Amino acid sequence: MSILVDGNTKVICQGITGNAGTFHSLGCREYGTQMVGGVTPGKGGQNVEGIPVFDTVEEAVDQTGADATMIFVPPPFTADAILEAVDAGIKVIAAITEGVPVLDMVRVYEEVRASGSVLIGPNCPGLITPGECKIGIMPGYIHNPGKVGVMSRSGTLTYEAVWQTSNLGLGQSTCVGLGGDPIVGTSFIDLLARYQEDPQTEAILMIGEIGGSAEEEAAAFAKANVTKPVAAFIAGRTAPPGKRMGHAGAIISGGKGTAEEKVAALEDAGIVVAPTPADMGDAVVKAIAKK
Amino acid sequence: MKIHEYQGKELFRQAGVPVLEGIVATTPEDAVTAYEKLGGVIAVVKSQIHAGGRGKGTVLDNPDQKGVVVCKSADEVHAAAAGLLGKTLVTIQTGPEGKTVNKVFVEAGCDIARELYLGIVLDRASSQPVLMASTEGGVEIEKVAEETPELIFKEHFDPAIGLEGFQVRKLCKKLGITGTAAKAAARFMPAICRFFVDYDCSLTEINPLVITGDDQMIALDAKITFDGNALFRHKNLLELRDLSEEEPSEVRASESGLSYVKLEGNIGCLVNGAGLAMSTMDIIKYHGGQPANFLDVGGGANAAQVTEAFRILLSDPNCKGVLVNIFGGIARCTTIAAALIEASQTVGFTVPLVVRLEGTEVEEGRKMLADSDVDIISATDITDAAKKIVAAVG
Repeated sequence: MSILVDGNTKVICQGITGNAGTFHSLGCREYGTQMVGGVTPGKGGQNVEGIPVFDTVEEAVDQTGADATMIFVPPPFTADAILEAVDAGIKVIAAITEGVPVLDMVRVYEEVRASGSVLIGPNCPGLITPGECKIGIMPGYIHNPGKVGVMSRSGTLTYEAVWQTSNLGLGQSTCVGLGGDPIVGTSFIDLLARYQEDPQTEAILMIGEIGGSAEEEAAAFAKANVTKPVAAFIAGRTAPPGKRMGHAGAIISGGKGTAEEKVAALEDAGIVVAPTPADMGDAVVKAIAKK
Repeated sequence: MKIHEYQGKELFRQAGVPVLEGIVATTPEDAVTAYEKLGGVIAVVKSQIHAGGRGKGTVLDNPDQKGVVVCKSADEVHAAAAGLLGKTLVTIQTGPEGKTVNKVFVEAGCDIARELYLGIVLDRASSQPVLMASTEGGVEIEKVAEETPELIFKEHFDPAIGLEGFQVRKLCKKLGITGTAAKAAARFMPAICRFFVDYDCSLTEINPLVITGDDQMIALDAKITFDGNALFRHKNLLELRDLSEEEPSEVRASESGLSYVKLEGNIGCLVNGAGLAMSTMDIIKYHGGQPANFLDVGGGANAAQVTEAFRILLSDPNCKGVLVNIFGGIARCTTIAAALIEASQTVGFTVPLVVRLEGTEVEEGRKMLADSDVDIISATDITDAAKKIVAAVG
């Protein structure tokens, strides 16, 4: 078991004929993902190294039975691409694109939630169930099938965490990059609920950062609903207020969204918080030992 | 992207949000001309910088000179403009170093009956924009939020629909706005919400929003931040950008597709990915050092970007050492290693350099660095890297 995706998941790529879309579609196929098709309007009938290209997502789903998509289309068209995937009944939508206007996401967010589809991102590395299905841009080889559910607002910091859990022999059930934008399709809470139900997941590692209150909300949810061991790390303890640290969502504004508040909320919920990014794997080990 | 008050008010005027007459000036003489043009009775001279708290802010080395001055004569306008233009204004939001005042806005006075607060931001928790209003106008809203949060009233709205009539009535009731003023609010509040959506704002703040003696509602301030990701559909806004308000090294970095924030410390950081870059700063501080910057070279960093990144880092006189922390995913370690070698030849390293490489093609990348004549202190993991750079800068 795992969450969201597994070896049976059939994946298409929206924006497959662009540089990034082609490169990562082939990378995912090489990892073992069932890449069954791609979509680029006006390029239906072509193929990308054997992967058939369709004009619309609806057509791609009809022809291939796809149930997941990864989106690489440019930012002005990302909201439309997400809604097209929802309309076609795609169940798992990973929007990798960085730079989507936030009000576009306000519009998309409500529609996705109402549809029952799951949107990961935007501005995220994607998601991976090691050994079965990789949807996104993460380096596959650092992952090992195992027991830790990893969820994160950051890309490369997730790789660091995955690497540490792999080196400790824990492995991962499913790793999800939620994305670094102020509004993303899936929250820590959504995934905590899924990891709690997933028999393969024995521990959860949550990697947050400054800005917003997603980590505080997750802490409260975990305290009430999660019985599995949870470890966490918060990036940006030393970030100055009012400055956007790369991610559009990573900003301390009006004195809110500081690392101190988040760490306090997590510790109050019994979550083991890693003091430095080098201790994320250890924090998982400690959380497991504590239970 | 931020803009000045006078620019924001021009956009307000176009959007049907009431503002007072005002004219921007860059010399005391122009300020006096503006004052006379406005009728020459009462006018307010307001320094134009990208920071709030100007009314209580004072000029560096001249604490008697406030950032906003009410004037009753041409002489007073001249004195106020002369006291502000070209000077450094320090406010609660500028930090102790302050910001240079290059322009003043000369605005007609008005008969103020009440001062309120109005702001629109994106509420991340509900994934919707939210209009916030408060009876506590003219003071710092963060302080109100902390001390008397019950005096801030909120209404969420759907961007496609805007603020509904009943929401205005609810707010008016709570704010104690009645009669003619309530009718003014019924025009003002939906208009400002529409403005927020039409221009893809991430912040629209009016503090104070005033009700005049004759029950008009007027935006006495305009603090606006636009969503940088949406500027592609607002090309007209780009000409409002004032580069003199931004840190030059940050502007330079953004031109190369790098995400850079200058900090106060002495350890330069070059990292791929925002989360890892923040964490690298954190671990430097954990081991007793002080980061000189946040720098994310992005997922697909190429040699030109890494070279430019080094130029920016090394041009900071405070930088006494550089820590490179790369977890290669899409960016291969070999690409980074080649870029490091090239940068050492074109830029030249004058300070200690600690390099931690991990991820895609790491063995080849490490070998490239070892075989090169670049003077590098190599680190095995993120802790090792932080300890080594802290030791190297002393």
